[in-house]
Amino acid sequence: MSTVAVIDYGMGNLHSVAKALEHVQPNVEVRVTSDPAIIADSDRVILPGVGAIRDCVAQMLAQGVDQEVADTLASGKPFLGICVGYQALMQFSEENQGTQCLGVYPGQVKQFADAMTEDGERLKVPHMGWNKVSQTIDHPLWQGIADNSRFYFVHSYYVAAENPAQVAGRCRYGVDFDVALSEKNSFCVQFHPEKSHTAGLQLLTNFLHWDGKL
Amino acid sequence: MALAKRIIPCLDVENGRVVKGVQFLDIRDAGDPVEVAKRYNEQGADEITFLDITATHEGRDTMVHTVEKMASQVFIPLTVGGGIRSCDDIRTMLNAGADKVSINSAAITNPEFVRQASERFGSQCIVVAIDAKKVSAPGETNRWEIFTHGGRKPTGIDAVAWAVKMAEYGAGEILLTSMDQDGVKNGYDLGVTKAIADAVNIPIIASGGVGNLQHLVDGVKLGGADAVLAASIFHFGEYTVPQAKQFMREQGIEVRL
Repeated sequence: MSTVAVIDYGMGNLHSVAKALEHVQPNVEVRVTSDPAIIADSDRVILPGVGAIRDCVAQMLAQGVDQEVADTLASGKPFLGICVGYQALMQFSEENQGTQCLGVYPGQVKQFADAMTEDGERLKVPHMGWNKVSQTIDHPLWQGIADNSRFYFVHSYYVAAENPAQVAGRCRYGVDFDVALSEKNSFCVQFHPEKSHTAGLQLLTNFLHWDGKL
Repeated sequence: MALAKRIIPCLDVENGRVVKGVQFLDIRDAGDPVEVAKRYNEQGADEITFLDITATHEGRDTMVHTVEKMASQVFIPLTVGGGIRSCDDIRTMLNAGADKVSINSAAITNPEFVRQASERFGSQCIVVAIDAKKVSAPGETNRWEIFTHGGRKPTGIDAVAWAVKMAEYGAGEILLTSMDQDGVKNGYDLGVTKAIADAVNIPIIASGGVGNLQHLVDGVKLGGADAVLAASIFHFGEYTVPQAKQFMREQGIEVRL
């Protein structure tokens, strides 16, 4: 039986990710865990995230999640970062009066402007709901998902990646921003695949079948 | 703009059954909540809101189990409300599988609770529910106040000012129910919806009074709502979620089909 570790660092609701994984592939063993040995022993690793970034990053550092992520990325195992689990891997976030992040990927996490408008309509913040994702590269995780499919987002800060070669998907909400990032065996998304119905469940299925190679 | 307007079927749940009343009275049974939620998930609903109207402890425990069961079969966002009074209540519901919680009377008793909850769990999962009723006389400038206890108890709080305050305290979204309209199927109270949608920079869910699909369109176009909530038109088979979305799209509203 293949195994997937969902890293638990004491924040937010990790069970919806676990439940969605079990739903798409009942014969996968999902381990919601903070134990480095179990994470190291799993075939695939997911870093989820809901909540404020300062507390999330502080918890990750206190628990050694930065090392677990580094080890996973070096091992070649498939890795998936979701929402704050994606933002935390960038260098710096404007949230909580400025938060130093783990710095795995070059780029910043920026705040949506207060008074954005588009086509005469005011854009509310958080960016909450179903938006279109344009796939900027071919990737095993996009397989079977139509370009510009809608995924569920809920966030007030967005990733501006510095290396265009790492961008895998983009979205527009007042600004264009980078909602998916791909680097070797790592894939990160701003939206919540576990809450994005058919398209999201397809992405999770793809992740569970991915060998980590491009 | 590309963000779709959301359609949210609402399940009022009492002792483990979906019910629907008219102006909070005259309750009808509408089925098992997990089955009902699965149906809306399959139909392409954008979220599901689940309001516990049970008063007993036994009912509360049933509620947690129901949320757990629902969350393992429904892969769209799930908001749970009714009786959320403490950070422990929020944690229980999030751990059971809710994505957001809706806070209503506890916010009125203790507004600081909204601030604490949004700091601890993030604004993205804190919805503040407002039950508003028009209090201005005909001819006067429109004014709406917040009512509690199923619309029986006035608080004297101005609904628009309250929404602004709750946004400042960290609410991520406002669920606005018009008490005059609830269950009577004459459409949302567009005046209060528009007034609040214009006054705050967080998303507004319009609720209370949907009787036909044009009401959903009006909620978005005239009320400025970011999401439209309805119960009985879906529960009793008058319309399906895809029919509602198709109709909204024909009226020029961006929806997820």
